[in-house]
Amino acid sequence: MALGTPENDQRGFRDPGYGLRLIVVCVLSIALMIADSRVSLMQDIRRVLAASAYPLQVMIDAPAAFGRWLGDSAATRSQLMAENELLQKTRLEQSARLQRLAALEAENARLRALLDSTAKVGDRVLIAEIMSVDMNPFRHRVVLNKGSRDGAFVGQALIDADGVVGQLTRDQVFSAEAILVTDIDHAVPVEILRTRQRTIAVGTGQLDRLSLPFLPRNTDIQTDDLLVTSGLGGTFPAGYPVAMVSEVAAESGAEFLRVNAMPAAQLTRIREVLLIFPGAQEGDDADKLLADNLAAAAEGQQLDTGPAAVPIGQAATPSAPTTQTESAIETSGPSDPEPSATGDAQ
Amino acid sequence: MSRRRLPRWPVWLAMVAAAALMSLPLPDSLNAVRPAWATLAVIYWVMMWPGRFGIVTAWLIGLLLDVLQGATLGQHALALTVVAYITLRFHLQIRIFPLWQLTVTVFALLFLEAFILFWIDGVAGNPPVGLARWTQVVTGAVLWPPVMAIMDRLRERLERRDTTFA
Repeated sequence: MALGTPENDQRGFRDPGYGLRLIVVCVLSIALMIADSRVSLMQDIRRVLAASAYPLQVMIDAPAAFGRWLGDSAATRSQLMAENELLQKTRLEQSARLQRLAALEAENARLRALLDSTAKVGDRVLIAEIMSVDMNPFRHRVVLNKGSRDGAFVGQALIDADGVVGQLTRDQVFSAEAILVTDIDHAVPVEILRTRQRTIAVGTGQLDRLSLPFLPRNTDIQTDDLLVTSGLGGTFPAGYPVAMVSEVAAESGAEFLRVNAMPAAQLTRIREVLLIFPGAQEGDDADKLLADNLAAAAEGQQLDTGPAAVPIGQAATPSAPTTQTESAIETSGPSDPEPSATGDAQ
Repeated sequence: MSRRRLPRWPVWLAMVAAAALMSLPLPDSLNAVRPAWATLAVIYWVMMWPGRFGIVTAWLIGLLLDVLQGATLGQHALALTVVAYITLRFHLQIRIFPLWQLTVTVFALLFLEAFILFWIDGVAGNPPVGLARWTQVVTGAVLWPPVMAIMDRLRERLERRDTTFA
């Protein structure tokens, strides 16, 4: 009795109450598992559960967040100055590259206008931070501090400064769960930039390796080939770097090549990621930033407006001749009956 | 009547903290040996205070684990429930076991839990997680004696606070 034995114990282990409760709870769990994978209503329930667990996640994240804050606060003046210098340098390099980009983008828009296809400009982005919460230690899943409250949605693509990171699997109210490209359960449609051959890059469960299992032996692929998103499937917008081919091996007897690639994104040490809203064209930070940079970079060129305006302005110039010819045909169209009419009259 | 006066919230807090501890980021090398803290806590409290903490407690903690780890809802809940039931059924025997026998029992319970999780993963079509699931079982059993010592402290303090407890 010193151990706080309740009255139940006197009946020993032939207590039917436990067994009944076990069966009820087991049935409930199995029903939940089936519902979780089949019924869409469960997503809302799950969202509520996850939102109520969010404070706990914040608490788990707290020590790491405090450490980061401490690290930021304790940075010395010389460190900050060195970092500032580095940032200035990269900014200069990148604005130089942006100058070329501006010209290329304009040219691209002109060519696209000639082909009569719509030019696709920058995607809208939202910056999210990865929380220091391990979801499942065996899987490559992360928790982000932005949720459906901020407009994040399931299937949204995630990138960092260097390449594709992954996609969202669950949007909870205050947070979101994402799967990384290297998760064993993830695949991303890619194309080899050099040859434009399309294939699929599959996660391996190791943070530094993707696998391309579906390439026939005669494929033109070499190490250091860059793989970019192909845009097929609609989840990832086209043209973002995914990985760099690190190993190509043709094993005798195997039908396919064994190709491994190194993810372009810094998956082992990312803190911040960008959530991409595809298709949006203006009114956002990234485009404004790009617009500012372009405006600064493209002095002397006739691009005094932001890139959102570039395709429109550029589309107007080349389309002018086509409308002229069209109108010429149109005018010649109605002008045709006139001779015929005159011919009839004659 | 006396057991109504014992505060339960510190125990709940300990169990939730154990669940949170499983989500604490660790370096990759330690990931494989991270024990199932929540299972250890549930086993202890169900064994020591049956009637206060039982199957429903285990189910709720399991549900919390599912949400925190992004698993199929009900996976950990089911596994923990089964572990709690077995602990509950045999709590009178295992409570008087010497420590080494108790540790072996805990090893068996952890193994059972890992097996149920593994099995549900297989049925649900989730990819297998590899060897780490089984190394976890070993570290969990190895860490049982210190966990038990800490929990004993907490339990003794709680029981001492209640003067009518006897």
